[in-house]
Amino acid sequence: MKRLVRFDPFFQLTLVCSLTVAAFILGPLVEMILQPSWSGLREALSDKDVVASIRLSVTTSGTAALVSFLVGTPFAYLLARKRFPGKKLLESVVDLPIMIPHPVIGIAILSLAGKNHWLGSFMQQLGIQLMGTVTGIVTVLTFVGLPFYVNTAKTGFEAIPSRLEKVSRSLGASSWQTFFRVTLPLAWRSMLAGLIMCCARAISEFGAVIIVAYHPMIAPVMIYERFTAYGLRYSQPVAVWLIAVCLALFFLLRFVTLPRETKA
Amino acid sequence: MIRLENLRIELDGFTLGDLSLAVRPGELFTLLGPTGAGKTLVLEAVAGVMPVTSGRILLGGRDVTRLPPERRGVGIVYQDYALFPHLSVIKNILYGLRYHDGDGADARRRVDGLVDRLGLGPLVNRSVTHLSGGEKQRTALARALAVRPEVLLLDEPLSALDPNFREEIRDVLKELHRELEVTVVLVTHDFAEALFLGERTALIRHGRLEQVGVTREVFRKPATPFAAEFVGMKNVFRASFDGDRARVGDLELRLESPPGDGASHVAARPEDVVVQPGPPLLEAPNLFEGRLVATMDRGAYREASVRVGEVVFKGTLSPKTLLEFSGMESGEVHVHVPPPAIHAF
Repeated sequence: MKRLVRFDPFFQLTLVCSLTVAAFILGPLVEMILQPSWSGLREALSDKDVVASIRLSVTTSGTAALVSFLVGTPFAYLLARKRFPGKKLLESVVDLPIMIPHPVIGIAILSLAGKNHWLGSFMQQLGIQLMGTVTGIVTVLTFVGLPFYVNTAKTGFEAIPSRLEKVSRSLGASSWQTFFRVTLPLAWRSMLAGLIMCCARAISEFGAVIIVAYHPMIAPVMIYERFTAYGLRYSQPVAVWLIAVCLALFFLLRFVTLPRETKA
Repeated sequence: MIRLENLRIELDGFTLGDLSLAVRPGELFTLLGPTGAGKTLVLEAVAGVMPVTSGRILLGGRDVTRLPPERRGVGIVYQDYALFPHLSVIKNILYGLRYHDGDGADARRRVDGLVDRLGLGPLVNRSVTHLSGGEKQRTALARALAVRPEVLLLDEPLSALDPNFREEIRDVLKELHRELEVTVVLVTHDFAEALFLGERTALIRHGRLEQVGVTREVFRKPATPFAAEFVGMKNVFRASFDGDRARVGDLELRLESPPGDGASHVAARPEDVVVQPGPPLLEAPNLFEGRLVATMDRGAYREASVRVGEVVFKGTLSPKTLLEFSGMESGEVHVHVPPPAIHAF
């Protein structure tokens, strides 16, 4: 039997393709990590601009994830629990930011926040400006990251039988108390996974951010600038540090979601 | 205690109601019906976790139709138990206590009593995910009873259990109901269960009330063809009546007494219809010659379908008859339908 499987041409094809895909993904990344010298990496870390850009990337993505968490949690819960007319449409709307080309997102947000728009002029009266500000970056990152949080959290909520919540209510707990004592303890893993995915998506955004805010500079914009101004060798160290941050997020995500997968 | 007035629930593809029903204080009432009849919907409406389209729900004279579930004092135990998987047995049981007034020590004593009573003592610190079906059921019961609900709703509490657990829980339910003086509404699709547990029963079909009454009466005198079949009368025939005679197809059946007004059907249990091989031994009313169509093993007895003219009766072959039957191929039998066994409605 084993021989049969080993010489099965289909199996061989799947094997070859799997290796190709892995090499395709890992090849450029590994090469980029290996090419810069240690001194170049150290130098990049002592460059205040680089550190500031990575720090800005992490904080703005984290803030975007937090905003997504605050607004997205009740929304995801609603989508998971209630049936209402237009629900399918609303679910598609949530997925829109994934589909739209990134620069278009930036342009769309700016066109709403501009002086010519009533919302833009109202926001400026309140002192809120999106063009070239941290607020603008966070707005854009929330826009692109929100779907990832909402969809993951929604899946988590859907996995909890609504009967558990019904029983909790019948035992005297209000809907708030039920959420915090039953739903949250059972769904936190999905919610956390959603937060990490949202964060990872936000940290990698470039196209929308560069439209809204070239400065202050987040790491991807910094990499782009170093590349266009000084060339490949100068952009690589910054890129390596950004990858390190992304990988940390990635492993965190795997670590958080793994126990649930083995249980299922 | 519980009064449903023209209760109506409209969902995608299913409508319950209009349903009007009254459950007396302290009663053990059963909601009976086939799967998909809407029994669980009724329970959820009473518990307040299912929105009602129209109609009213009153608990102890209080209109609770728009009241949130946590303010109704109604406990519910689902068929799949719905235990909180992240909490231990005792934390499940204690879950609702903090939302209810009363002396902490007193409540704790009551819970200890329940835990003992339901034999959960050795399990209290265990995780609920690895309990047996019976243990989960008892935990869910203890959790619901710990907060002393006025009404306890049980959704098919026995059907998911192994047969040996089933009897145990059935007895526990009956005893607890007597001891705690709580009003219980129990959903089941098994008539035998309803007969054992419930004083009164409501038969539901396609979201509508088919018959309400004392369980034994529903069992003896079903009011509709569906009710008759549901309680095990497999012989249900449309009939016309003339005094104490019923005409079914081309047969005339003698009844014990003339039927009530508006009667249009007769029904009988296969257990009461006797099928014998060969010519009849003695003369009796409602004795027909027929031809054996099929037999089916029912364990303790064998059910026989016998065609008499246009009518097919389902009757019982006794084990003794079965022996005599073995050599007989002609299929010539006679059927005896004793008049007291015939229910006209």
